[in-house]
Amino acid sequence: MWIYEKKLQFPAWVEGCDLNIAKLLFAQYGGPDSELSAGLRYITQRYNMPIPEAKAILTDIGTEELAHWEIIGTLIYKIVDRATPEEMIKAGMGPHYIQHGRDLYPHDAAGVPWTAAYIQAIEDPITNLHENMAAEQKARTTYEHLINSTKDRGVIETLSFLREREVVHFQRFGEALRLVQEYQERMKHYK
Amino acid sequence: MKIDKERLAMLKEIMALDFSALELNLYLDTHPRDQRALALHNEYDRKLKELKGIYESKYDFLTHKNISECPWEWIKDPWPWEIDYEMGGK
Repeated sequence: MWIYEKKLQFPAWVEGCDLNIAKLLFAQYGGPDSELSAGLRYITQRYNMPIPEAKAILTDIGTEELAHWEIIGTLIYKIVDRATPEEMIKAGMGPHYIQHGRDLYPHDAAGVPWTAAYIQAIEDPITNLHENMAAEQKARTTYEHLINSTKDRGVIETLSFLREREVVHFQRFGEALRLVQEYQERMKHYK
Repeated sequence: MKIDKERLAMLKEIMALDFSALELNLYLDTHPRDQRALALHNEYDRKLKELKGIYESKYDFLTHKNISECPWEWIKDPWPWEIDYEMGGK
């Protein structure tokens, strides 16, 4: 089960009212390589992992991704909270304002709603873990594109933290992959 | 939403400690026999429990798993996304 802690993983802050980056940040809220995709992918893939290390890493990284989802939500909330409808429309957030107001919604930077088709779980732990390593790299690149698209120091600092997490997760999934391969190798000899 | 300076400092300290413990948690998932990492994890966990206890008795619940006075204290503002973290990690 899960329990909510009344704190963020990182003290997310914004300097100004960069509505353009708020619009683009939806890439990580409800896009293909978003924190939402990551969290649901890993938590869904846990069930048939063959070794305890892999079950643990999928559970723990999956949980951390939901904390990152909350950080992205907080950045968007803090920027949009200061904006008028006119400012939102001018910054290209008109469709979002019309359909969702200042609420968040899991769609990507272009307004395309989140879909489970972004993620996979296919039982084979080698295949699943490779998908996860690719997902971490795609998210890292997305963060680099976002960091290049704003001058807001708070947004940059917060996104830099999230970018680093992608690198660490990639590393841990790589280790889990090696451990699963070693396990499969050992099992071959018992057959 | 601004919160008291002392409270913000303590909350940030808890967030930093919790992050360190989580980072060690992930590392230990794939290196469960690393005794140095394990000792560090346990040290952070001890500090964290102590600090969370002080924060919760002084300011606000961090989880609903607390004994509350009336009215139910868990619902108190601010929620994490509303807090002004004043330049984040600095």
